[in-house]
Amino acid sequence: MKKSMKKLLSVTMAIAMVASLTACGGKSNGTATTESKTESPKASGEGSFKIGGIGPITGSTAIYGQAVMNGAELAIKEINAGGGIGGAQIEYNFQDDEGDTEKAVNAYNTLKDWGMQVLMGTVTSAPCIAVGAESSNDNMFQLTPSGSAVDCTKFENQFRVCFSDPNQGSASAQYIGENKLATKVAVIYDSSDVYSTGIHDKFISEAGTQGVEIVADEAFTADNNTNFSVQLQKAQDSGAELVFLPIYYSQAALILAQAKQMGYETSFFGCDGLDGLLNVENFDKTLAENVMLLTPFAADAKDELTQKFVASYKEKYKETPNQFAADAYDAIYAIKAASEKAAVTPDMDASAICDGLKKAMTEISINGLTGENMKWTADGEPDKAPKAIKIVNGVYTAM
Amino acid sequence: MEKSNKTNFHLSKTLKSNLITYGIVIAAFLIVQLLINAGQVSSLMKGLLVPLCIYTILAVSLNLTVGILGELSLGHAAFMCVGAFSSSLFSISMLEAIPNSGFRFFLAILIGAAAAAVAGIIIGIPVLRLRGDYLAIVTLAFGEIIKNVVNVIFIGKDSNGLHFSMKNAMALNMEKDGKMILNGAQGITGTPKDSTFFIGVLLILVTLFIVLNLIHSRSGRAIMSVRDNRIAAESIGINITKYKLMAFTISASLAGVAGVLYSHNLSSLTATQKNFGYNQSIMILVFVVLGGIGNIRGSIIAAITLTLLPELLRGLNTYRMLIYALILIFMMIFNWSPKLIDLRKRFFHKNKAEREKV
Repeated sequence: MKKSMKKLLSVTMAIAMVASLTACGGKSNGTATTESKTESPKASGEGSFKIGGIGPITGSTAIYGQAVMNGAELAIKEINAGGGIGGAQIEYNFQDDEGDTEKAVNAYNTLKDWGMQVLMGTVTSAPCIAVGAESSNDNMFQLTPSGSAVDCTKFENQFRVCFSDPNQGSASAQYIGENKLATKVAVIYDSSDVYSTGIHDKFISEAGTQGVEIVADEAFTADNNTNFSVQLQKAQDSGAELVFLPIYYSQAALILAQAKQMGYETSFFGCDGLDGLLNVENFDKTLAENVMLLTPFAADAKDELTQKFVASYKEKYKETPNQFAADAYDAIYAIKAASEKAAVTPDMDASAICDGLKKAMTEISINGLTGENMKWTADGEPDKAPKAIKIVNGVYTAM
Repeated sequence: MEKSNKTNFHLSKTLKSNLITYGIVIAAFLIVQLLINAGQVSSLMKGLLVPLCIYTILAVSLNLTVGILGELSLGHAAFMCVGAFSSSLFSISMLEAIPNSGFRFFLAILIGAAAAAVAGIIIGIPVLRLRGDYLAIVTLAFGEIIKNVVNVIFIGKDSNGLHFSMKNAMALNMEKDGKMILNGAQGITGTPKDSTFFIGVLLILVTLFIVLNLIHSRSGRAIMSVRDNRIAAESIGINITKYKLMAFTISASLAGVAGVLYSHNLSSLTATQKNFGYNQSIMILVFVVLGGIGNIRGSIIAAITLTLLPELLRGLNTYRMLIYALILIFMMIFNWSPKLIDLRKRFFHKNKAEREKV
């Protein structure tokens, strides 16, 4: 008797599961249709573009996702206040992917059910590649603000705002070589991180052609990123004149402090991951003195656009924007510029918009926070000059 | 005469129970398929179908170790990782050699299962000889190790064949036409998307078939006797290590199959804390515990509910993880609190008494 009860229970539960599956399927379908219904009469008058965003707003990389979410929101508020894209307002929906590929695809499908027409995302590389396979299938325009791995722009519907990892690696090697910063270079990188290994690999292969000798090539992993004395000791023993740090700022702050303790005086050079170094809590800013970094964005830059952005970001979100927020801000303005160039309207479907934007992206040129006269090539890469920045007296100064 | 009738009846009872389990899966598949054809399923749900199959297989296979064998394994995601990477490597390097995606995927599944089984045997041989909770400790460590090992392996392919390195991509010394297959921490990209809901359901059925048949076989009874009383089992001549190893290896290889489905569902595969780490292993264990240890049907239902839940709660934005945690706690209390078990017993007994009256 009891067993049959159990059976009954499991059968009803299974039915309930299926029912909930269909219920939500039906529901979201329903909302999608009602939304498009309410849209169609508006389309002739105003209508609205639906821009979706995907990024980690929980989990270990949440800081990047939140910056992108806020940066894009700020840009959209500004555009909507200024009359929108060609007269059409923008609707914005940002979904969490926890920095996970599987969750990112779920987020993408959620946005599709919402009726997304253009995707601004994803924030991190591996999810971006996974979502890219889906978006190219659907022919959905995708502009990632910060997905820097090479494969993030594999398909022709994908574009990016940031530099790709190899571009940063070769740009760094060229910069060091051309400006004769050093001939003997040590590298300390995170071998478990996609961003770090991407830059590192290209830097090593490019260094040879720039007359830069790699005297020490030391790795650490995410499980082992608090004590760098071994790596620093090797760099010191090999007589490196410069230490290249293609890593994120939190580890770099530790490296700088430990180098100081060891009495190892050398110059440090990093990429855009070092942006944020000066905002690390309890970090002695004098340690970062003379650190050089290649980054497209510095919150302390003196130009009007950056200052306006930083001021309104600080007012709204109570913190200093980092490079990710700036990338997202530029991404939204790039979508706006391309949409106006291609003369797309909100009543077009995602695939038609994508066809228009794909072509228009290669024709536009925008002055953004992360570069002047940014242009895009058909393979999705941005064409902008990296800025080298040096920390002098606790502030970023252009070199 | 009567006695044999009785045993016949008993056998058919387990068979009936098994058929119901298969039936639930097939019915769910048919209903979902019908709804898809009718256009009633949202893109989110369509995207979730394969992950649901993956987690179901993982939960059922872990239940074999935890529920039937009675050993605690905290590294189930690691076997999934082994299956995912080995099969992805195979599929990518055989992309041109075997153009038929169905056949290639079939081989990939076999390779993923075999690789995970080998990993299971390597872990199992030394550890399963010991008494106590050593398996939990070792599998926990194995999970962390395999993740780090995968992150330092570089494999490339050029006209001279495969190149292998554990240093970095440059150490492969490939020709100009060389292509990276496994690029260290950057993982594998471009795995063909061969996983479908149909194959997923088929693999669930195969998993259920293997696990349910094992449980009701002679070996299964031996395994359960080891769980219930090791000394008694030893005294009647059961080879403890052999049966423990058998259950653990089958469980690992089925997790490998789930890994194959996982890697062929997404085009980029990286070993991170999130997908193959400790948290994922615990998540699978939660499916098993909430579904009822040793209860296969319960595992399926728990895996499906708990995978769907965070996605259905997306409307709540950042609060969803908080609510998800609360639901987990409430489910745990509902299932395992002695007071509530008493309450449910009383409720069911009352029902039973009423029915008997009628």
